[in-house]
Amino acid sequence: MLLIPCPWCGPRDEIEFHCGGQSHLARPEPWHAVDDATWGDYLFTRDNPKGLHLERWSHAAGCRRWFNVARDTVSHHILATYRMGEPVPEALQRELAAAAPRGAS
Amino acid sequence: MTRYNAWSLLKQGFAGQRGWTAAWRSPEPKSRYDVVIVGGGGHGLATAYYLAKNHGVRNVALLEKGWLGGGNTGRNTTIVRSNYYYPQSAALYDFSLRLYEGLARELNYNIMLSQRGVVNVLHSRHDMEGAARWVGAMNANGIDAELLTPRQVQERVPLLDVSPRARYPVWGGFEQRRGGTARHDAVAWGYARAASALGVDIIQGCELQGFRREGNGRVTAVETSRGTIAADAFGMAVAGHSTVVAAMGGFRLPVSSYALQAFVTEPLKPVLDTVMLSFGTGMYISQSDKGGLVIGGGLDHYLSYAQRGNMPVIRHVLGAVADQLPALGRVRLARQWAGIVDVVHDSSPILGETPVPGLFINCGWGTGGFKAIPVGGWMLAHHIATGRPHDIAAPFALSRFLSGALIDEAAASGIPH
Ligand SMILES: Cc1cc2nc3c(=O)[nH]c(=O)nc-3n(C[C@H](O)[C@H](O)[C@H](O)COP(=O)(O)OP(=O)(O)OC[C@H]3O[C@@H](n4cnc5c(N)ncnc54)[C@H](O)[C@@H]3O)c2cc1C
Ligand SMILES: [Zn+2]
Repeated sequence: MLLIPCPWCGPRDEIEFHCGGQSHLARPEPWHAVDDATWGDYLFTRDNPKGLHLERWSHAAGCRRWFNVARDTVSHHILATYRMGEPVPEALQRELAAAAPRGAS
Repeated sequence: MTRYNAWSLLKQGFAGQRGWTAAWRSPEPKSRYDVVIVGGGGHGLATAYYLAKNHGVRNVALLEKGWLGGGNTGRNTTIVRSNYYYPQSAALYDFSLRLYEGLARELNYNIMLSQRGVVNVLHSRHDMEGAARWVGAMNANGIDAELLTPRQVQERVPLLDVSPRARYPVWGGFEQRRGGTARHDAVAWGYARAASALGVDIIQGCELQGFRREGNGRVTAVETSRGTIAADAFGMAVAGHSTVVAAMGGFRLPVSSYALQAFVTEPLKPVLDTVMLSFGTGMYISQSDKGGLVIGGGLDHYLSYAQRGNMPVIRHVLGAVADQLPALGRVRLARQWAGIVDVVHDSSPILGETPVPGLFINCGWGTGGFKAIPVGGWMLAHHIATGRPHDIAAPFALSRFLSGALIDEAAASGIPH
């Protein structure tokens, strides 16, 4: 069972939360210049790393706010949580850059 | 290869069972093959077998980083069925079920196929309407399926609480009688043994670590934990690790990896002679030949490469067992485990070419690819050997995520089994 530190409410049991998948996705713009490959990728292709992953969670049975979680997909260890709109914490940015190449995007 | 039959059994009985030979060879990898298949689960092994058997391509290596069947093939709840909705899926999964029906003879290996039926239990008017539509589609696709009344459901699953007080009242059900179970290890080992006998080199403890590519991007060799191995064509069937291997080739896939759990109880006397699945809770259950009840449910809720599984899902699935089959409430669990499954948006597999020339893929079976092992292997072998997709596989190409021609089987496979 995970203990997830909601940036608004503090540490709470996993069952209060809902995972909403990868964070920091930007819809490709402008719509008339987006080709099929970019659009298909935006709709269907997500990061799926074996290791550090940045994802959105909502505190569904608590404050009902969304926030970001940096979590290891092998150990399930939560390295950081940060609010919506905040940038990826700097230490994690370095770790992400050092991680194995994640393929062309 | 020693053929398994009554005579060899008798002979070994007199020889104190000491004369059996290894079921497959374990050679050192050569530096070059015609085809290299990565992933020693059912799909990889079946691919190697059908390359040799159907296409005469025998200079083949199969690389497995751990041991054969150590991934999802040896962790699944062994349900086979072909009750999917769309014609493309019906063609795919029924081809597989028909191959399963002849597989023990084909491989000279007892895969313990038991067509005991798969009974889906419905709990509301909406379930009933959905099922009527689904059964109609299956029948139109030429696949057996029938609706059941609550009384028929009760006869098929006497353990089920069908009383008016039930938390999940039983409105009816539907069944595919040709569905059932098979022994998962036997499917992997049977294909391995038959492939090895046709000349395929089965190499365990050999991890793919990277691809070597020519100027035009074509793969020419793989780097492995046991050296560099060259080949003309490569196939990958690595399930939950598909995006990890794709990243080595510099491309991405619309695949997400989740843990899927299963449970088995202490052995009981026979109490259940079919496979039962509840639409209300997603819990499904069958009884193994050893007597253990084999139980499964839905996916864990977030990406994972930990073959472990989380507590909330355990509570949900086992709570459903205790609630819906109350007589089992005090039965003890013997084991719990998880496998990492390759989930795709439309719950249909990805078969065929990758963006890397010379590299072909079989993945995306998610929670339900055990039933598809024979067809998955057949299709990948066909594409590699002939250079073109088989008609049955063509709709399942990776390019459907560009064209939008998805085959959305969420209803048929959203609930794992
Ligand atoms: C709990 C559970 C229950 C299930 N129940 C059912 C069911 O009832 N019915 C059904 O039809 N399906 C079921 N499934 C799904 C089914 O098990 C899978 O879809 C199927 O086994 C996939 O087979 P595969 O050969 O593609 O993958 P796997 O059997 O996972 O094989 C992939 C292999 O690739 C190897 N590999 C990975 N990376 C590398 C590398 N870099 N180098 C070399 N080798 C590598 C792995 O070690 C692994 O052995 C279930 C799955 C789980 C986890
Ligand atoms: Zn909160």
